[in-house]
Parts: sequence; C-alpha cells; structure tokens
Amino acid sequence: MASKQFKQKKEDTTMNKKILTLFLALAASASAFGQANISPAKAQAKKVILLGGVVHTGNGQVINNGYVVFEKGKITGVGDATTVKFATNDGEMINVNGKHVYPGFIAPVNTLGLVEYESIKATLDFQEIGNLNPHIRSLVAYNTDSKVPATLRSNGVLMAQIRPSGGAISGSSSIVQLDAWNWEDAAVKTDDGMHVTWPAAPRFRGGFAGFRPGFSAEAMAERTQAAILELNSFFAEAKAYNEGAKPAETNTRMAAMAKLFKGEQKLYIAANTQKEIVAAVSFAKKFGITPIIIGGGEAYLITDFLKQNNVPVIVNQPHSLPSNIDDDVNMPYKNAAILYNAGVTVAVSINDFWQQRNLPFMAGTVATWGLDKEKALQTITLNTAKILGIDKTTGSLEVGKDATLFISTGDALDMKTNKIEKAFIQGRDINLDNLHKQLDKKFSDKYTIK
Amino acid sequence: MKKILLALALVFSTVFAFAQQTYPVNGSYDVRSGQYAFTNATIVVNANQTISNGVLLIKNQVIQSVGTGTAIPKGYVVIDLKGKYIYPSLVDAFTSYGITVEAAAQRGFGGQRQSIFTSQKKGAYNWNAAIRPEMEVKTIFSIDTKKADDLRKAGFGSVNVINRDGIARGTSAAVTLNDEFEHKVMLKDQTAANYSFSKGSSTNDYPTSLMGSIALLRQTYLDAAWYKNQKEEYNISLDEFNKQQNLPQIFEADGWQNILRADKIGKEFGKQYIIKAGGDEYQRIDAVKATGASLIVPIAYPKAYDVEDPAEARNVTLAQMKAWEMASSNPGILEKAGINFALTAFGLDNTREFWANIRTAIESGLTEKQALLSVTEVPAKLLGISDKVGSIEKGKLANFLITSDNLFKSTNIIHENWVQGKRYIVNKMDVSDLKGIYNLNVDGVGALTLKITGPAAASIERTGADSVKTMATLGRNGDWVTLSFNLKKNPKGDVRLTGYISAESPIAMKGESALSDGTEGKWTATFKEAGKEAPKKEEPKPAIAANAPLVYPFQSFGNEVLPKAENVLLKNATVWTNEKDGILQNADVLLEGGKIKAVGKNLAAGSAKVIDATGKHVTPGVIDEHSHIAGTGGINEGAQSVSSEVRIGDIINSEDVNIYRQLAGGVTTSQILHGSANPIGGQSQLIKLRWGKLPEELKFAGADPFIKFALGENVKQSNFGSGQRFPVTRMGVEQTFVDAFTRAKDYETALKVKGNNVRRDLELDALVEILNNKRFITCHSYVQSEINMLIHVADSLGFKINTFTHILEGYKVADKMKAHGIAASTFSDWWAYKFEVAEAIPYNGKIMHNVGITTAFNSDDAEMARRLNQEAGKAVLYGGVSEEDAFKFVSLNPAKMLHIDNKVGSLKVGKDADVVVWSDNPLSIYAKAEKTFVDGVLYWDIEKDAQKLKQQQAERARLVQKMLDSKNKGGRTQRPMGTTPTLYNCETASDFSNGFEAIQTEEGGHHHE
Repeated sequence: MASKQFKQKKEDTTMNKKILTLFLALAASASAFGQANISPAKAQAKKVILLGGVVHTGNGQVINNGYVVFEKGKITGVGDATTVKFATNDGEMINVNGKHVYPGFIAPVNTLGLVEYESIKATLDFQEIGNLNPHIRSLVAYNTDSKVPATLRSNGVLMAQIRPSGGAISGSSSIVQLDAWNWEDAAVKTDDGMHVTWPAAPRFRGGFAGFRPGFSAEAMAERTQAAILELNSFFAEAKAYNEGAKPAETNTRMAAMAKLFKGEQKLYIAANTQKEIVAAVSFAKKFGITPIIIGGGEAYLITDFLKQNNVPVIVNQPHSLPSNIDDDVNMPYKNAAILYNAGVTVAVSINDFWQQRNLPFMAGTVATWGLDKEKALQTITLNTAKILGIDKTTGSLEVGKDATLFISTGDALDMKTNKIEKAFIQGRDINLDNLHKQLDKKFSDKYTIK
Repeated sequence: MKKILLALALVFSTVFAFAQQTYPVNGSYDVRSGQYAFTNATIVVNANQTISNGVLLIKNQVIQSVGTGTAIPKGYVVIDLKGKYIYPSLVDAFTSYGITVEAAAQRGFGGQRQSIFTSQKKGAYNWNAAIRPEMEVKTIFSIDTKKADDLRKAGFGSVNVINRDGIARGTSAAVTLNDEFEHKVMLKDQTAANYSFSKGSSTNDYPTSLMGSIALLRQTYLDAAWYKNQKEEYNISLDEFNKQQNLPQIFEADGWQNILRADKIGKEFGKQYIIKAGGDEYQRIDAVKATGASLIVPIAYPKAYDVEDPAEARNVTLAQMKAWEMASSNPGILEKAGINFALTAFGLDNTREFWANIRTAIESGLTEKQALLSVTEVPAKLLGISDKVGSIEKGKLANFLITSDNLFKSTNIIHENWVQGKRYIVNKMDVSDLKGIYNLNVDGVGALTLKITGPAAASIERTGADSVKTMATLGRNGDWVTLSFNLKKNPKGDVRLTGYISAESPIAMKGESALSDGTEGKWTATFKEAGKEAPKKEEPKPAIAANAPLVYPFQSFGNEVLPKAENVLLKNATVWTNEKDGILQNADVLLEGGKIKAVGKNLAAGSAKVIDATGKHVTPGVIDEHSHIAGTGGINEGAQSVSSEVRIGDIINSEDVNIYRQLAGGVTTSQILHGSANPIGGQSQLIKLRWGKLPEELKFAGADPFIKFALGENVKQSNFGSGQRFPVTRMGVEQTFVDAFTRAKDYETALKVKGNNVRRDLELDALVEILNNKRFITCHSYVQSEINMLIHVADSLGFKINTFTHILEGYKVADKMKAHGIAASTFSDWWAYKFEVAEAIPYNGKIMHNVGITTAFNSDDAEMARRLNQEAGKAVLYGGVSEEDAFKFVSLNPAKMLHIDNKVGSLKVGKDADVVVWSDNPLSIYAKAEKTFVDGVLYWDIEKDAQKLKQQQAERARLVQKMLDSKNKGGRTQRPMGTTPTLYNCETASDFSNGFEAIQTEEGGHHHE
C-alpha cells in the first residue's frame, strides 16, 4: 500500500500546496476528535483484587473461580478463590463473578503507531529507502498520540511489537505498551529484534503474487539468488566488522548489527514457503543465530525441521486464503494449531496496524481449527512473550509479572462475547474510551438511539 | 452471397493470370508452361478418396488431371513416384504469416503518461483505435520467404493471413506459400472479417478490461447499424465494418469461456462466428458444441512441469497437471462431439512440432481421416477457397505434397511440397543412403575402416600397431562427397578427401586425397557391411489421458459428476428462520425439490434423507452484497468516468476456486460488482455459488438488474492514476452525475420523438433504465458530504438510490438515508486505510440499523467473504445488536436490498433451499460451516471435502509420476509456476488488453477500498 505513494515523484509547487492543505486538514480533524480527553493512566496507587472470575492465566491454565491480586504494577497473587479470604479493606476489591480475566494480548510484528492513514504519505513512517537498513529503529517514530492504539485496547490488545518494514533488512523493532505519553514511556523493550525479509521468488501468475511480464521464472529465480547472496555477504561482513578492531571509517549500518551478533537482539525473518523457511533458518544458523520465522504460511509442512532447530514461528494472519489453489481451503486457519501440536513454539500475528484489534479473533480461529482454547490463547499471550523475550515480566498471569491484564464479560477470543470492561497496564487502570466510541456517542445522541 | 463469391472468384482468376504480366522484365522473357506428370503414386485426393498407382498432371500452376492409366501427353516432365504418396498441401486458417506485428502500446505500469481518450489515428476513423475494420491484410501483406519455408516444410501450401491487432481487426486474406510475387500468391483478398477481445496496438485508454472490450464491440455493432441510415457523419471504420458483414466472421477467443462469450455477442447481432479456440474445449465440450460454431483449434500442448523437487511441485496446480495430460485429447474429443473444426499450427513454439503434435492427437483419439480433413478441406471451406485448394482435383491449384509414406506415420518423410506448380524440395527423394561400414584406402595412409552413421556423421578406425579411432567430417552434395579426419600420427595433420559416388548397390566411392604435408593421391571406399543400428531410443511418450476423469469445474475441488438437489430433512437443530418465528430450538428444516418445504418441530421426513443436526445451527445461506470473485479480465473499466455500458455478466468465470472457498464459509449468493474506479461504473451480476455449473448457469434468474456507482477518493483518482481524468474533486463528481443523467433524459426524449434514427447508446440506455426504476444503484461511498450530494442529485434528476455500499460515514447521515429509503451495506470494522475512512467506525452498522435502515455487512474481499458470519458477529461486539438481527446483516438484509427476499434470505416455505448447517452459533468465531446447500444441492460438505482432498492427493501423485516419467524419457519440461486466481477489490485497476492482467494494486496491499 505504502510504496504506492513513494512511486509518485511529482515534485512541483502544487504538491507543496497539497501537503499544506492536507496538513491543515489533518490538524483540523485532530483538534475535532483528538481524544485529548483520553490520558494515560496514573501509576497504580493501591492494591487491586479481582475476585471470583474465570482466570485464564495464559500459560494454558484456567481457574474457574479464581482471583488475581496486583500491587505497584506487579501481580502478587493468582489462584483459586475458594481457597483464600481477602480482607474487605485490603485495597480495591473488584468482583468479577461470571466474568473472564486475561493477560493483555500482545500484537507482534506490526506497524502500529508508525502509520495513521495508509494512503497518506505524510503519515507513513514504517519503510525507509534502501535495501539493507539495520540502523533503522522503529521506536523513535512510534506515535503515542495516534488514534489507533486506543481502539485496540478496548479489544484486549495491550502491548505490541512495532517494527519497520521493507527491504531485505528493515531495521530494529521495539516492544511497547499501549498507554503512554511518549515513546520512552511506551517502551517495554527497546530494539528487541532485527527484521529481515527473506528474498522470495514469485510462484504464481496472476493475483498479487508479483508476477511481472518480461521476467521468466528462471530470471526471477536468478534475481532471488542474487538477493540472497547480497544478504549473505552483508551478514558476513557485518559479523567480521563487529568482531575486529574498530575500523578507521565507521559503518553505521554494520555497527547496528552488533547487538544481533552479541545475542542481545533477536533475528526475525519473514519467510512463507517451506523452501524459503529452510533457507532462512540455515542462513541464520550459519551465523550462530536461531531465528524466529514470521509469516510461515507453509510452516505446517516442515514441523520436524522447525522443532529440531528450535525455531519459533509467528504465523501471520490465519484469516487468509490458502497459498495454493489445491490446498485445503481452511489450511491457513489450521496452520498454527498444527505447529503447536507438533511442539513448535508458535504465536499469531495479523497484518498492518488498525487490524490489530482483530488479533483476539485470530486466536479464536486457531482454537476452532484444532487447538484447545487455552493453548490458542497462548499464541497471543505467553508464547508471544516467550518468542519476543519478554516472558519474565509479561505474557501470563503469574506472580511477579506486570499486571497487564483485562476483564471481559465473555470469551475474549470470540467477537460475539469479547467485551472488555476494564484493563490494566502495569497495574494502571487505563481509559478504554476511543475515537470510535466517542463518535458512536455523538451520533447516537443526535438520533436519540442506544 | 454466392453471387458475390463467384464474382470475387472471377476477379481473382484474372488477377493471377495477369499478375506477372504487368511487370516488365529486364532481359529476355522466360515464360514456362510448368508441365509435369507424376506417375505411379498413391494419390490421396481427399480424406475420402485414394487412388493407387495414379497419375497427376499439372500445367502452369493448375491440376490438369488426376487418375490412373492416364496417357501422358508430350511436353511433360515425368516424375516417377513409385512407392511414394501425393497429398493435398495443408491449409492453415489462422496465421499471421507475412504481417509485421505492430508493437503493443505501453500501458499501465506506473503510467505517468497522458491519458488518451480518443484515437490518435489521422483520418475519419473510429473514435477508438481498437476498432479498425479498415485494416485489410491484402494491403499490408508481403511474402516472408523464411516463414514460408518453415510452413512449407511442415506441409502447408496455403494459409489465411490475419492481422492480429485490435478488437475489430479488418479483413484477412488467403495466400499460398509460393514465394515469388505477392501478385501471384493471393488466393482470396478478403477471406473473413476478424475480431478478438484484445485491443492490440491501440493507444486508447479504453477499454482496460475484458468487459470493456465486449461493450465496445457491442456498441460498434449498434453504431454501424445506425451509420447506414444517417447523414451526419462520415466514418471509414463504420463503413468498412458494414461492408464486411457478409464475409465469414472469425473471432479469436482463447479458452472455452471466451468461446461462449464471443458466441453470445455474435448471437445478439445475428452472427455465427468461426472461432479460433484455445485448445481446452474438452473441458466443456457440450457447451462449446452448443454454440454451433466452427472452430480453428491449435495443437500447442503445455510442456510437462519439472516436478522432481516436491516443494516446487506443490506450485503446480491440479488443473495445470490435468490440462497437460488432457491437451492432446482435445482434437479427438472435438471429433467425437461432431464439431466442425480446422487445426492450426498457430501457437506452436516451432512449426516443426506440428507433426509430432498431430500424431499425439491421433494417439489420443483423433482419427487420421478427421486429421486430414481438419488440415485441408475444412479450413479451405471455412475460408471460401475450397475451389482452389484442399484436395487434389482438376482445376485446383497444383498445391500438393510428395511423401514417402502415409502422411501420419511417424516415419513418414515429406519429400516435396509443390505450391502453385512450383517445386519446393523438403527432403530429397532420390538420394542413396550412405550409411554403412566401408573399407577405405587412401594413398600414403593405408587401409582404414570408415563408418557412416548419418547424413553428416562418420568415424574412422585403424586397427593394428597404430590403432586409432576418430570422428570424421562428412560432407555431401548430391553425388559429391567430402571427408576429412585427423589420425594424429602416420600421418600427422588432417587427411582431406574429395570424391564422388562411383557405384550404387553396393555403394562405392572414389576420388582425390590430400595430406597435410602436401602429398596428393587417390582414395577408394567400398561397401563392407551394414552398420549395426544403435538401439533406438524410446521416444518420450506423449501425455495421453487414458480415461482420466474430467471434473467440473476443471479445477481443484471439481466434481466428476455434478451434485444434484437432494430431499433432506435437517433434524433437531437450532434454526435461525429470519422470520417471525425467530430462532427455533430443536427444530427441523425440510428441503425438497430445491426449495424449503417445511420449517418446524418434529417434521416427517417422508422420502427425504434425514440428517441429524442435533447441536447444530441451521441458517439461510449467507448473501454477500459486495463481491468481486468469479470475474475475469478486470472488474474495473476505469478509462472513462462513465462506463454504464459494461456488464459484469459478460465476464463471469465459473472456474474460480473462490466460489468453492466461499461455499465453505456458508455463502450462497453474491452480487458481483464493478469496481470503484469511476463515478458511474458497470452493470452488476448477481450469482449463486453453483460450483461446477457454466457461467450463465451461475446467474441468479429473474433478479432485478443493478449497477455500481462510486464516490470519493477512488473516482477522484486521489491515490493512484495520472490525475488527468475528470473528475478530480467531489465537486466534479457531482457534475459527472448531473451531466450523465441530463444526457440520459435528453436521449430518452429523443428516442421517443425520433425513434430508430437516434444512435443507440448502451451507456445511456443503462441510465434510462435507472430513471425508469428498471435498474438499481449500489453506490460505493465514504464521507457524509458526498453521500448527501448524491441524494440531492438523485432527487433533482428523478432517480432513486437503492443502496449505499461501504457507506462508512452512513452513521452521520443515517436520518437522511432513512428518509429516502436507502439501504446500507458496509464493512464491520474497516478504517484508517485512507483519509476518507478517518472517521469510519465499527458502530456504523449498529447506528444505521437502529435508525431503521436496512443494513448489511459485505466483504469486497475474497477472504473475508468466507467469514461474513463472523463479521455479523461484530455487530454484537460493537453496539450490541441482537444476535437474530446481526445475522440478518449477512442474509435477509442483503436479500432485501437486492430485491430477492422473495426467493432467499430466510427459512420460509417456498423459498430457495439455500441453507447452511453450522457447527456452532454462526456469529461465533468457533462456528464452522459444515454443509452448504444452494437450491437444495449440497455444494459444500466438510466431510466430503476431506475425502476430496485425499483423492486429489492421489490424483496429483499419479500425474507427478507421469510427468517424471516423461522427463526421464527426454520430454521437455517447464519450471513450475502455478496459477492463482486474481483477487479483485473495488480499486483493482488492470490492463487486460495484452492478454495478461497487469495488476496495479500494490502487492500485499489490503483488499478493500
């Protein structure tokens, strides 16, 4: 979507005028519905006890009549409510009888806060010029004032991994929580991963698969090989660069690879077909790195390989069409469940930015097509935290972890019953209002309807 | 008609009698009578008559007599053809021989070029350069000696020449493959008027789509009819178009669906096209036969895919594999069906493949007799040249082949191809075979053994002390022989021999020798024995489909036998009636004869099959108000702001796997819409998802016709395009509508007053239908200002808006929509993908519904369409719409806005049995569609699907093995490159014109807009 705008290189004075008009338009709409009244919540002041609900811990367990206690932003107790008694004056007691408590959902691999309107270039901050951009960092462009995050929180998505895209090496992602004044506040883990897109040859004619007339299948394969070679040499040179003495001339791109080779940063490689996945994993292993595969459309075909190599997979967009005409029409729904059941560590992601509010339902689909519901929940909570390397502090409802959680009146993985009443990020009782609710109210009031 | 042909024929015989005579000669004239007598031949006069031991006399360029025992007059050169055969030279009805193809104009692809609305051709021609009937092959044809040679070597003697450029392409001409004079070779200067769906070299923007091509052709027929009786305009193209209507009409339409499309247009205007087909007619032979069209059929078969790497093999689809296996059966299947068809070498990578492919077709079921007919008499007749070519008869042109054997035998050799009495040697007849082992003696070298294995393949061997074995270079020109080799020592350097054949049977050769040191001498070679034939390599077996089952559609998940309507009792389910009864617990639904027979508790099954649906939910089928599946060749005709003449109904593609995928999501009816590239788009087509039926059979019978309109950023081309097409603002959008409808009103008045003298305008016809409430509007819309605007325009010009689709700011003007009775079909939760959806909210559906608007959720996306039930579930999530009402968003409500709620949309007795059985509450993420019935036919069954997948695996494995065998035997392969259905959304702009679709939407882009 975004690159469309980049293709338009019409630089004349009318363009500047247009930008100005656009800017004014944006500014106007921002002041009209800027959500200025939705402020990040204050730090947790007193202990909170959620008592009596169905507690989905995110680690595969479910406690039917449970409790969750948290204080100063951290969980201090989780358990069976029938076995404990809480003093009524000990902090804020919230009765969650008949309701469900979940760890906050984590949306990995997306451009949330890096884009406001897909078709407006001025709002696009996720793709830099260039093919090898390890020095690019997403966090600094993350816009906490975007109207989008608030629309995610009200569906239970409380954290996200923000990553740049485009090129073979897109740069570093960071993990944020979705209730912050600025990107510094938002950061949960800075520069957590380096993002690579494995060069892929198009496999199909027609569709959006990238077939271009004038290129034979062989020519495309050659281009792909050349791209892989380029990636290989860059990694090899960057590794040598960072192992040797500091060279006289600094190369910021190569220097930016240091954390990756030191093991302080994870390597994410987007690859979809079985061959690409195997090639990507072998490539990373050559540099002593176990990568995380993102996308993984055909990962279900090579579960043994993935398991043997301890490669986790973030399956993208279970709600997509099968990659091949002959495939089981429901294959994309089943992929994550097959991987999970085969012993691969699997999480689930969803495209783009505003769509992240549908992440819970991706896990719901995984549950429908072959996975136990609590395990499906893991694919957007604890498994995601593990893969992202933040499971010490988040991802499940366990003592010592951040109190990033929410209360839903029903099953939060199902759109029919997902209804978030309250959500806490690091113990802070966040505002669940958003632009959409405000506009709903404005016009429902106009028509005097519910 | 006959008279005209006769007159033309007369003109022509004169032309070729005097052709050369008008040319002066530099020097003395050399006029020859060309009198030849061919004796002792087996003469195949035509497919039904063979003469043994026959005599053929020709004079100048015409056959004088054919028979046996003919006395040979004096003055004839006699050629003895004992043991040889004479066949008529072949006729190819479809070539571009002798035509320089104009390069297709660059279009699409980041097109920052000027928009071109009307033809740039100088002169009083058609407004659109793709309509170019004025192009006549006779005026641009020139002999191509190299190509002529290729074609003659394959046995062709005459061909039809088509200028394959444009939608109306003008006239073709038949020529012989004699290479002397254009004046001599012209057999018939106008064989046919030619057509296609491809705009070719035209630089006009319009049409960008297949449906645009069809609309343009349709309008051209109407314009030409009008042109005859008017005095306002002079138009060379229309004039020529009219003049060509009495000729045979050839339509190039590859693929059986395009055959049906072409035939349909033809029938609309009383034409029976001869159709140049694509070779896949076997897939729907009955439908092809029903067109009644004669066909010109290629025999270019797909190469096997290289499937050695299973990971790559995955990318070959079952349909591709089956097509590979079936392709050579096509001619035989056409024959069995009784279709009149010619075969063409067109489409072959190399003309040399022609005979191998013909023989494969024969092995796959084509009879030799039909094969001969299809390359001689049938094409000659189609082109109206059977008085001159196609058989060996007195008075016809001396166009014939001399062959060593039956033409269709794999060992047959074409020796000579005579065209218009001129002899072209393909493979010499009278050449002795030198193959064998010889005793070779060369002065100064001694005794050697010479082994000749082929026309230019020889080796030398010396035994004893200086034993050596080396290859030799053999050359031959008639009886003259040259040989050179290098023995390394004794002597050093090259030994070169030249000489001649001094004796036949046994063969002996002798001549002069030269060594590298300058020594000269003599050499002799005498025949010793025949060489041992190397075991003949087994020819790679062609792909022959021994009883391979056909499936309908010819696609993955196709059925060998189309499922039929069943009488079924769905027992003890939760039944969502969408009627007064609401949601019934433990209730039954009886389907009978494709209709809903009864809904209620404890129904008697009667003869119906009982399906226990305990714990299941039964609902009416999902209806998608906004879909772009099952179309082909582009769903946007975006070159002009108004394109109401184009019809999605013209381009329905029954083979789209997304039909099956959506059945798997409970969808039974879809409105296939034109895209949103322009304010007034094209006519919509409502279909039912009857997987396996023909395109016409998918259409929802008796439904009101609709049309797509659009507003906002897409029609302004805000985010793509050159920005040169009017309009580029919402202000201009208003005036586009005002202008179009004002013109439509004036047009309607003019029609009433002047009747037939008014030029029929298909674009305005559709708008007049809207004004008269005979066609209904679905309008793509986003922001409140434009919604309000169109409501006002409609009010002021007196038309109604039926539905706003997308309508993401409908919640801001819900009161106005309600007051006008306008329905809304929106997305559940899409926003932020462009500026006009900055304030799109998921509560939109709820607000409009609560205000009292008939509200639906639609897909505009092939993926989301299979989860519309879940999208309905979001009406519960965002705004708490009741479950019963929420499900109506994707069933009864779209049925109402499509005016089909009397047939579908609820479980009511008498309505169509479009029914889904779900595993769970259909609004839930946990629900799977287990069974989907359309008209009582079970098109989706989750259990049968699992079986089908297994069978498909087995079928794939069989075909993979067959392809591997073919590769191992030396058959050519191609790299696997699968196909994938083109996914359209509103914004997809494509350029169909060059036979591929250049999709301009971004890769990985989202599928809405």
